[in-house]
Amino acid sequence: MTTLTTRSVPVHLEEDTSLLPLPWRRMAWVTWRQHRVALVGLAVLLGALAVYLWLQGRQIHHAYGIAIACHPASSGACVNAVNDFTSTYNIMARQLLPLLLQAVPALIGAFLGAPVLARELETGTFRYAWTQGFGRWRWTLAKLVSLAVLAAAAAALIGLLFSWYYQPFIADGQTNSLAASTFDLRGVAFASWTLVAFAIGGLAGLLIRRVVPALVATLATYAGLVLVVAVFLRQHYLTPLIARQQNLTVSALVTGNWGTKGGRTVFSFTGEPSYNVLGQFCPSGVGVKPSSGLLGGFAQCLRQHGYTLWASYQPANRFWPFQWIEGGWLLALSVLLIAATVWLVRRRVT
Amino acid sequence: MNVIEARSLGKHYGSTWALRECSLAIPAGHVTALVGPNGSGKTTLLSLAAGLAVPSAGGVTVLGGRPPGSPVALDGIAFVAQDTPLYKNLSVADMLHLTRNLNRRFDQASAQARLAELGIPMKRKAGRLSGGQQAQLALTLALARRPRLLVLDEPMAMLDPLARHDFMATVMAAMADDGVSVVLSSHVLAELERVADYLVLLSQGRVQVAGEVEDLLACHRLLTGPAVEAERYSERMSVVHASRGGTQARLLVRQNGTDGPVPPGWEAHPVGLEELTLAYLREPGAAALPGPARGRDAEHSEVTT
Repeated sequence: MTTLTTRSVPVHLEEDTSLLPLPWRRMAWVTWRQHRVALVGLAVLLGALAVYLWLQGRQIHHAYGIAIACHPASSGACVNAVNDFTSTYNIMARQLLPLLLQAVPALIGAFLGAPVLARELETGTFRYAWTQGFGRWRWTLAKLVSLAVLAAAAAALIGLLFSWYYQPFIADGQTNSLAASTFDLRGVAFASWTLVAFAIGGLAGLLIRRVVPALVATLATYAGLVLVVAVFLRQHYLTPLIARQQNLTVSALVTGNWGTKGGRTVFSFTGEPSYNVLGQFCPSGVGVKPSSGLLGGFAQCLRQHGYTLWASYQPANRFWPFQWIEGGWLLALSVLLIAATVWLVRRRVT
Repeated sequence: MNVIEARSLGKHYGSTWALRECSLAIPAGHVTALVGPNGSGKTTLLSLAAGLAVPSAGGVTVLGGRPPGSPVALDGIAFVAQDTPLYKNLSVADMLHLTRNLNRRFDQASAQARLAELGIPMKRKAGRLSGGQQAQLALTLALARRPRLLVLDEPMAMLDPLARHDFMATVMAAMADDGVSVVLSSHVLAELERVADYLVLLSQGRVQVAGEVEDLLACHRLLTGPAVEAERYSERMSVVHASRGGTQARLLVRQNGTDGPVPPGWEAHPVGLEELTLAYLREPGAAALPGPARGRDAEHSEVTT
């Protein structure tokens, strides 16, 4: 093999100048080819969901249209028609479907987001992908951003469709428009929750480096975040208003209650009053503890004993401000998570 | 130009040093064999050069001073990692298209021709190819990028002897046609002996031997003679490894420049590359590091047994 030792190395002209990076569009085919199973699965799932929402939504709108067209509205027949509408669509359409829809962002995060990096790291193919001319951090950025945009765009369509679908249930006054069960499915929130789930999946995949654990971690983290936001965070987006409990309608999101007598606060509670409070301030109210969220019987009883029941609340017309606040900070969080992932890949944590 | 140049390069995982105080310069235009036992740091060194890992100490440059992972380095180095990672669910044609999209240059025609020659069907999933075919596919993808440096980490571990032969034939043809420099690692020297003209021997995370094969062979020889005199001669010569069989002693010695006189009653023989390598591997304390850009000096490299 001595003949090889004297071989000259050919001069490559492009070696001197710093190379222009390869165009981003090169990653389009790569991303599609590597994630097409997940993307097609996502399209089928969301497509079926969209068809269902559309067909069922038309029925709901039709039925609700008939119910409210009834005249005069206060007549027994008309009240019955509205009640009929409410009971017909109560379980499946009003309560179960939203519950199902809550899982969609989590699934997108787990099955589309988590494998992007975890699969490469688990199977060792990152050693192929990250030594090609495109470059590792640009590869990561291109994949994460394009998949994130696709997922968020699809979710935005579903969010819009669901907002339309659910509109009669808000209009019939039986559901709070800020209720945790549907607030994150309507308006712009659904797209931003999907985006954040995907971004969580991407980062979890990089840190955990194995698909299944990363997938589980994504589901858990996302569920935790949804709960924390619904229970603790959302009600503080804007300073709550204060009103007498009796003046509130069901559309307001009550965040706290307290009773006063002679200008002095004597008790307070969140949600439902405890039997302690009931027994102490309104013994006769125990029997009339209300089933509705309005504390009607209790409030009435308190009034008879000279107490005033107050509530801090978020009014229904804050729906869109709340949507933009939530959409905004979730978008910022997603950008931060994706940026952190790309930065870690660039820093070569592997 | 040095295709890989390391200065006091070190890498640790946790508290274990996989590579330590590694200084070497692999010149362009060679087929370099990176040899060492399992766990000696070969994969770590190549990962650092490919930009897949960052050094814990020291530094490494590629293609004449470029940082690993920089655009020029990525463009000019084709790295085939251990176990030739491919996307198992992608067809051969898709792997070609993928690699073409991810690189500045891609010689589609030659890649297709080579695969046709090897009888690798374009429509088959990469995961359904045999081990030898997967290795050939990975090599074909790497060569189609028209790299200046081809780095192969344990490329032949999974191959049967026939596939090894075909694989090396492909590498050598590329070397001859395109003048690509090649660095390949293995824990078995035998398969590289025919092709390598530059040797780097790693042991326990350190460089033990580095140099052109021809020079290394020229400056080592094997002396055989009476065992009783072995001790006396050992003091005067750089003995890499000594072994005794009955009354006969075999000393593998290293000479600097001129051939020293053979003591009376002793015989001198030239050494083979495998014998030389084994001798050094048996004596992790010995080192032979001639040539430029060395981190150690000559005295240090002549540790005797």
